[in-house]
Amino acid sequence: MSVGFVMLCHTALNRAAQVARHWAERGCPVVIHVDKRVTRTAHDRLAADLQDLPNIRFSARHRCEWGTWSITAATQTAASLMLASFPQVRHVYLASGSCLPLRSVGELTEYLAGRPRTDFIESVTTEEVGWTVGGIDYERFTLRFPFSWKRRRWLFDRYVALQRRFRLRRKMPGGIVPHLGSQWWCLTRQTLSAILDDPDREKIDRYFSKVWIPDESYFQTLVRKYSVNVESRSLTLSKFDFQGKPHIFYDDHLQLLRRSDCFVARKIWPNAERLYSTFLSDDPAIRTLAEPNPAKIDRLFAKAVERRTRGRPGLYMQSRFPNEHWENGKTCAPYSVFEGFSDLFENFETWLGKGAGSRAHGHLFAPDRVEFAGGETVYNGCLSDSAALRDYNPKGFLTNLIWNTRGERQCFQLGPGDRQDISWFIATDPNAQISVVSGAWAVPLFHSNRNFSDIRKDAARLQKIEAEHLSILRSVYAKARVRIWTMAEFVESPMEPLQTILDEINPRAQRRLTEAPKMVDLTGFGQFLQNLKNQGMQPVLMGDFPAGDDPQSAAALRGKPYLVK
Amino acid sequence: MSVFESYRLRLRRKARHLRGRLRQRELAPLADRTAAIDRQSILLFSTMRNERVRLPYFLRYYRDLGVNHFLFVDNDSDDGTPEYLLDQPDVSLWSTKASYKRALFGADWLNGLQKRYAHNHWALVVDCDEFFVYPFCDTRPLRALTDWLDSSSVRSFSAMLLDMYPKGPVSSHHYGEGQDPFEIAGWFDSGNYTISRNPTNGNLWIQGGPRARTYFGTEPQKAPALNKIPLVKWHRDYAYASSTHMLLPRGLNLVYDEWGGEKASGCLLHAKFLDTLAAKSAEEMVRRQHYSNSDEYRAYEAGLRSNPDLWCKWSEKYINWRQLEILGLMSKGNWA
Repeated sequence: MSVGFVMLCHTALNRAAQVARHWAERGCPVVIHVDKRVTRTAHDRLAADLQDLPNIRFSARHRCEWGTWSITAATQTAASLMLASFPQVRHVYLASGSCLPLRSVGELTEYLAGRPRTDFIESVTTEEVGWTVGGIDYERFTLRFPFSWKRRRWLFDRYVALQRRFRLRRKMPGGIVPHLGSQWWCLTRQTLSAILDDPDREKIDRYFSKVWIPDESYFQTLVRKYSVNVESRSLTLSKFDFQGKPHIFYDDHLQLLRRSDCFVARKIWPNAERLYSTFLSDDPAIRTLAEPNPAKIDRLFAKAVERRTRGRPGLYMQSRFPNEHWENGKTCAPYSVFEGFSDLFENFETWLGKGAGSRAHGHLFAPDRVEFAGGETVYNGCLSDSAALRDYNPKGFLTNLIWNTRGERQCFQLGPGDRQDISWFIATDPNAQISVVSGAWAVPLFHSNRNFSDIRKDAARLQKIEAEHLSILRSVYAKARVRIWTMAEFVESPMEPLQTILDEINPRAQRRLTEAPKMVDLTGFGQFLQNLKNQGMQPVLMGDFPAGDDPQSAAALRGKPYLVK
Repeated sequence: MSVFESYRLRLRRKARHLRGRLRQRELAPLADRTAAIDRQSILLFSTMRNERVRLPYFLRYYRDLGVNHFLFVDNDSDDGTPEYLLDQPDVSLWSTKASYKRALFGADWLNGLQKRYAHNHWALVVDCDEFFVYPFCDTRPLRALTDWLDSSSVRSFSAMLLDMYPKGPVSSHHYGEGQDPFEIAGWFDSGNYTISRNPTNGNLWIQGGPRARTYFGTEPQKAPALNKIPLVKWHRDYAYASSTHMLLPRGLNLVYDEWGGEKASGCLLHAKFLDTLAAKSAEEMVRRQHYSNSDEYRAYEAGLRSNPDLWCKWSEKYINWRQLEILGLMSKGNWA
């Protein structure tokens, strides 16, 4: 017999009794501390439950409050009782009432017998601790904390602020280097008795009684003074979430716990019937002498904390609705916006869908309906093509579309003829790749069979809208990958820009573009622009098209849509 | 928020309580078994009318989750609903013939009952066609959730209403008593919900789903609200402001994270679109007791006559809560 358990209990006493019985019946002495806030009847019932076991003792009760000295005092009392009543005990294991042994007592004693001089206690200097919650780490040792954090939060905070303001400091007793660590340890008799029988203990206790959360620092600090062999880890599997409260284990964690090879786990949900019945039965399970390996559980809980603090980028839902600029990803995946291309090329969407290996939609923000790829009326996630539904919340529409099609790149067309409400959103979204051929909206006007005065009016309106849109794309707040060409620039050499865009969409595609999209006939476009000017409208966004001098490359491209590499 | 504004909300909350107290007079107790409620009990509140055929499965579902006591208000049923409920040992029943609409769609009745019986209890407020799904609901009872919420100091838990529908016209499948409604209405819309924030009350306003897609394609602002906060650690000062969509005080509506993280949340699977809907909407056209002049039911009535199919090729078939979690309709938050 080499290990004795000290149990600190305050709730679910029936479960604590079950665990204490498990240990005691297998020859390990147990000292139980019951919080003084537990009613006398409940305490007496627990004592009666366990009275048939000679190696269980109850220590003097303290009223325990989280974060205060009382828990450490309770631990001291119980540990002293353990050392005094059970001289054969070599290791003392501190556990709580909601702990559950995962491996048999035999395995634990064997493990400890093989390491007779080792103290298992997580003990880390304050500089290296990453888990303190609330920003108080080193100050735990240098400030005073007379007010309860749970009940008198306001006073607590004010008093801390006051001390910081006036730079009040406490002096640490000599020979102490502050260390922090998990509350749950397993110490050897030598170390523990040295701590408890320290001639300076009164002074040290007085100091620690004003330290914040001393149960995470008292033994962790003092062990450094006496221990010859500190193994800085806890044998108890205990994980904390981002609020600093322990994660709880349920029945569905059974396999994870089993495979963790840890000796004791906390905290167990009191109604986790299957966990208690499984681990407290003397299953003749395979005895492994494996080292504890909680990596899987660590990952599970780390992911849970990540989910709570960072969330899934680009998701807007009932319990994740980030304020603007706090989205951690306005949308969930990259997408491309093409402006002017479909006016300039015939069947641009079909070509794009093939060339970029992505989903190429038409004008998603067209005023009459949403032009989903393939003319669908309902799209991924049951998005409707109703313009009214889309315009009711354009941002929601776009984020939904990108979320619903995770794993497949989305491309869509936008132009001055479309609804413009989405402009700012895409311009400030780093996931957006926006390519603009400015002024291309004039091409359909050029081809249309309408009265020139109507064309002129429309041209003026579209130019104004696009100019506004471009100024948004050029604003200092824009985060999207924006490329803007004037139409004149673009028709000069269209292949190079297209290749750049497609490379960015699909960087792994090795082959070069072989098939160019077919550009529409621009013969007479310069004259058309000149006519607009003659009528008093000034088309500027398309760049310089001299009248009568039709773009060469357009004509050339029309002749040979296939390029030779 | 100005002092004036918060005082106005306080007055509104007090008004809700007053209404609740006054409308208690409309309730006649048929079976008061509330003595069986102990300190730990999880309570379920619901108001209903002619739901006899749904009740057996409803009760079984929530008993299995771990609800300890049911408190029902029966609004003038004539299909044997009260008789059936009287035989249930864990049900307390009140009945009324008063107007559902004037009792703010039942909220007054339930606010009053909750004030009296739910103080310091976890209370679930759902309709007879709403089935609560939360993270790990297939392996952990409701008590595990409420214990965890307690330890995390969370007072309210949101569960968005998820409209479920069958494949094929709504009337083409018959729903039998005791049957799992999602054997028939097993499909849902996964990603067409839009959200905005209510600046006064701090709650989110969620719209979308099959109803918005088919009935409100031209008037989206009229589409029904889907945000719900059905599970609350009740305090006698709390009140539901509008059905279970909004609570007072406002802090209870903050069930969502604003800084990029995700809080834990669930879903209310809504088994409305069964063949029982036809009879309901026909009756509703006469009674006109539902929200905004029963606009919604008028739309159904019109829609049902043409016998529409809510199903489309992008509809998702319901599997379990994990599926809803992956789709982003609900979240585990930091519960693991």
